[in-house]
Amino acid sequence: MTTAAQVQEKSGLATKTRVRRVPKPYVHPYLGGLVLGLVLFTAFFVTGNGLGASGGLNRYLVFVEDLIAPEHVDRTAYLLTMAGGDTNALDNWVVIMSAGVFLGGLTSGWFNGRIKFETNKGPQITNRTRWLMAFVGGSFMGFGARLARGCTSGQALSGGAVLSLGSWLFMFAVFGGAYALAYTLRKFWN
Amino acid sequence: MAPFPLPLQTLLGTAGAYLVYLAIGFAFGYALEISGFGHSPKLAAQFYFKDMTVLKVMFTAIVVAMVLIFLTAGLGLLDYNLVWVNPTYLWPGIIGGLIMGVGFIVGGFCPGTSIVAAATAKLDGIFFLGGVFFGIFVFGESVSLFDGFFNSSYMGRLTIMDWLSVPTGWVVVGVVLMALFMFWGSEQLERIFGKRDLKAEPRLRVIGAGALVLVAIAVLLIGQPTTADKWDRISAVRQPQLDAREVQIHPAEVLELQQDRKLIVKLLDVRSEADYNLFHLVDAVNVPLADIPAAVDSYLLEPANTVFVLISNDEGAATEAWKTLVAENVANVYILEGGMNYWLALFDAETTSYDPALFTEGDDTLRHAFSAALGARIPAAAPNIHDYEFVFTPKVKLELKRGPSGGGCG
Repeated sequence: MTTAAQVQEKSGLATKTRVRRVPKPYVHPYLGGLVLGLVLFTAFFVTGNGLGASGGLNRYLVFVEDLIAPEHVDRTAYLLTMAGGDTNALDNWVVIMSAGVFLGGLTSGWFNGRIKFETNKGPQITNRTRWLMAFVGGSFMGFGARLARGCTSGQALSGGAVLSLGSWLFMFAVFGGAYALAYTLRKFWN
Repeated sequence: MAPFPLPLQTLLGTAGAYLVYLAIGFAFGYALEISGFGHSPKLAAQFYFKDMTVLKVMFTAIVVAMVLIFLTAGLGLLDYNLVWVNPTYLWPGIIGGLIMGVGFIVGGFCPGTSIVAAATAKLDGIFFLGGVFFGIFVFGESVSLFDGFFNSSYMGRLTIMDWLSVPTGWVVVGVVLMALFMFWGSEQLERIFGKRDLKAEPRLRVIGAGALVLVAIAVLLIGQPTTADKWDRISAVRQPQLDAREVQIHPAEVLELQQDRKLIVKLLDVRSEADYNLFHLVDAVNVPLADIPAAVDSYLLEPANTVFVLISNDEGAATEAWKTLVAENVANVYILEGGMNYWLALFDAETTSYDPALFTEGDDTLRHAFSAALGARIPAAAPNIHDYEFVFTPKVKLELKRGPSGGGCG
C-alpha cells in the first residue's frame, strides 16, 4: 500500500488526498511521552484531576442501560451512583474527556494520514481471529479496569505521576499479567 | 493568591469547565495517536522486547508530569492536597491489573488507546472497544456478587512517600533515576530483540535525561511546603476571618446544622482524651490537636457536603486546629464559639454565667467540675434544639469543594 502510494506520488498523479494516505511516521517515543506528560501535568495543574478513559466509557454504557432499564439501574448499587433516579450518567467530566480523546485521535489521524479502515494484526492470523482476540481482550480490559478502579490512563498514568502507591502496584500488575502470557500468545503477534 | 488547581465550576460554570476537559481530552487523544498507540502490533511488540514504545512513552509521561507537579507544589503554585490521588485498594487493584494485563496481550490495546484506534478506523480497535463495553457491562451486573472483595484492603490516599516514610524530593529523584535505568534497559532489549541500531537514536534524548535529573534535584532542594508555610501564604486572607469572628459559630447553629439532612456534620473534639472523657457532645469524635495533621488526608476525602466543627474548652486549641485544616485546604471548617465552657453555660443547668471575653482569652481549660467521667451521658451533651430560643447570626456558607472528588475512572 505504501509503495503503491509512493509510486503514484513519483509519477505526479497523486492528488492532495492521495498524498495524505501515505501515513507519516510516528513521533519518537520520548517526544510522544514528553507531550503526553505535559498534557497530564496541565490536567492536574488546571483541574486537579488526571486523565481518564474507561470511566467515560463506563458512563456511556450506564447511560444506555438507564434508557433501556431504568428500574434495573436504580436497583443495582454500583450503577445507582452513576445514573440512579434523575442523575444523568453523562454529566461528568470524564465523559467529556473521553469524547475529547476520540476527537484528538481523529484529528491527529487525519493530519498524519493514518485514518484508514484496516485490521492490524500479527502475520500468522486471519482478520477474524484478530477481531475475536480484540473483543475478548477488550472484555478482560473492561472488567479489569472496573475492578481496579481505573485503566491505564486513570490509574497507571495519573496515579503514577502523583505517586499513589496503589497505582504503581497496579501498573506492575498490568505489565506482569501481559508478560506472563506473552510467550503463550507469541504466534498471534509475530 | 490561592494555589492551583482552579475552581473551574465557580470560574467558568459547568459548560466552561466541560470545555476545558474537552480540550484536555483532545490533547490526550492527540498525544496517544502521534505516539503510535492506535496501532496494536506496536503496542504488543512491547511484550516481545522488539519495540518498547509503550514503556518509553508511559514512563516519560509519568516522570515529566511528576517532576512538574512536585516542582510547582514546592513553589506553592499547586496544592498537592487538592490533586486527586487514586486511593489504594490493594488487592482489587492488583488482581484487576493482572486481568487487564491479560486483556492487553490478547487484545492489543488498553481502553484509552482503543478509543484512538477506533477514531482512526482501525477495525481491531473497534472490536476491542466493543469488548471493553461488554466487560464493563459484565462487571456492573456482577459486582454485587463480590462486593466484599471489591471494597477490601482499602488504604485511602496512600502515597509512596507515606509508605517509605521518605521525603517527597527523594522519591521524585528515585523515580526519575529508575525510569532512566528502564529506558536504558529498554534500548538494550530493542537492540538485541528488535535489531535496532542505537547509534541512529537522537542525541537529544541524553540531554533530555540530564534535564530531567536536574529538575528532580531542584524539586529535592526546594522541598515541599509544610503546614506552617501554607498558613503563612494564606494568613493575610484567613487571619482577618478569625479576628472578625466569621468562622466561630454559635452552639445553636451547630444544633441547627445537625438537623439539616443535606449536610454531614463532623464534630471534632480536639481536647485531650481526659477532658473528652469527662464530658463531650454526643456525636463528637476525639482527635487531640496533635493528631490533627495526620488526619488531614482522610478529611480531604470526605464528601463535599461535610461541615467540620472544631471543639476545645475555650477556643485556643480549636483555633490552632482550624489553621492547620484551612492551610491544608480542607473545606468548610468552623470553630465552636466558646468551646465546651460556653456550651455548658448555655445547656447545663448548674452553670449560668459566662464571660464572652473568655472565648479567645480563656486558658482553654475545662472550667466545670465533673465528679466523674460522664462522657456524653448528661443532657447537655445532646440538647434538644426546640427547648431553646437563641438569637444568633448564621455563619456557615457551604463552599464548593475545590479538590476533585473522583478520579479519571470514577
